Amino acid sequence: MTEKRTMSPLLKWFYRLGAPVWFYPFAGRLLPWLGALFLLLLLPGLYLGLWHAPADYQQGDSFRIMYVHVPAAWLSMFVYFAMAVSAVVALVWRLRMAEIMILSSAPIGAGFALIALVTGALWGKPMWGAWWVWDARLTSELILLFIYLGIIALYNAIEDRRSAGRAMSLLTLVGVVNLPIIHYSVVWWNTLHQGATVSKFDTPSIHIDMLIPLLLMAAAFKVFYGWTLLLKMRANLLEQDLHNGWVKERIYASKTAPKNSTGRVADKGHQYD
Amino acid sequence: MHSLLHLMQRDLRLAWRRRGESYQNLLFFAMVVVLFPIAMGGSEAKLAQIAPGVLWIAALLAALLSMPALFKDDLEDGTIEQWILSRHSLIGFVWARLLAHWLLTALPLLIMAPFFALALHLPEAGLATLLLSLLLGTPALIFIGGIGSALTSGLQKNSLLLPLLMLPFYLPILIFGASAVQVAAEGWSAAGQLYILAALLVLSLVLAPFAIAAALRLSATQ
Repeated sequence: MTEKRTMSPLLKWFYRLGAPVWFYPFAGRLLPWLGALFLLLLLPGLYLGLWHAPADYQQGDSFRIMYVHVPAAWLSMFVYFAMAVSAVVALVWRLRMAEIMILSSAPIGAGFALIALVTGALWGKPMWGAWWVWDARLTSELILLFIYLGIIALYNAIEDRRSAGRAMSLLTLVGVVNLPIIHYSVVWWNTLHQGATVSKFDTPSIHIDMLIPLLLMAAAFKVFYGWTLLLKMRANLLEQDLHNGWVKERIYASKTAPKNSTGRVADKGHQYD
Repeated sequence: MHSLLHLMQRDLRLAWRRRGESYQNLLFFAMVVVLFPIAMGGSEAKLAQIAPGVLWIAALLAALLSMPALFKDDLEDGTIEQWILSRHSLIGFVWARLLAHWLLTALPLLIMAPFFALALHLPEAGLATLLLSLLLGTPALIFIGGIGSALTSGLQKNSLLLPLLMLPFYLPILIFGASAVQVAAEGWSAAGQLYILAALLVLSLVLAPFAIAAALRLSATQ
């Protein structure tokens, strides 16, 4: 008890997030807010981007796919970075929640990478005249997708969930060291083999009416990641802890009193992890 | 240091006693090289053009296919656990094992590579660079591949997982290795590519053993 009193609030917060009993209802309460925020950003972003923004003088209306393509590509990299930070936490502090976070993020990141690739191909058809060009950014996006899929495959191949989680964290870290190297070697390779593929999309300046919806969409995608991440983390926690005390307790609690006070379970948080 | 030399000596001696298996890696390399002229026709000009890429892909696949055996037996019979428990550094053991593995699998390939290069009509200007790029690139392939090998050695099945995990990380080495040979075969200086290969080599020699040691600890306890 004396330990608890001296613990700094920040550290206490950190440990609480690491305890499934506390995290599960906390994430549940956060979910509707994140969903609302997502819609609040998405709808104006879509409206401004698809209707309000002026057509590009070169690409006409087909540039509008940018409002999905670019945020997805950004997010696919952001998710990996978040996973790498989480991997350090998982390996240094052996925090299970960090492993769950990586496990839940990997399919989302792979999804964003896939969206970026598919929209890139759809955009490339009218612009470049081909579905696929061995462009440096497309190629490294594809490699990123492969690395995501490899991480997922490794997790699925190992029986023991904790070992699988730690193996996945390790591979994520190996990937984060390698990704810049891979990216820059692909860029180098591309300039060597392709000559100068002048990318029309490299225009440094962008009209403010096009920029605002892009930033809105980027923010919307980021919130969407947070929302799906919490959903998936909750699902993964339930699946892994199916035979654990707190899941049963929650089930019984929800049967007897649907609106259970979460404060009661929070005190027990430390026992389970 | 002494124990590391001892481990290397043991690995080499074991390989010598089972020398009937030692040529397998080289044979695989040869067969992959042969596939390309058969699939694409044996015209000299075409072969000379694809030779750098073919030789490098074959070397990469040969390195990759030698990987699963790297730690598996020692993990199963508990040797790795003894490494972890011993007072010597696990990273040192990893280093010795990988170096011995390079001597056993990549060195013969390096010696034979010029002959295959000639068979593919690689211009003679590219030969020296081919050897140099393989000398710099193959240890990097083995050290990076070791991470995947250590991660997957504890698994019972799933032989396909290791290539899936490691191929993306092999890309930079393939890019600069093949391009060095290509450039040299066309008569230019490949110094830039070779410097980058050397940098990748140093990076993998220094960093990969840490990841391999961590992965081995994980595989040994699971």
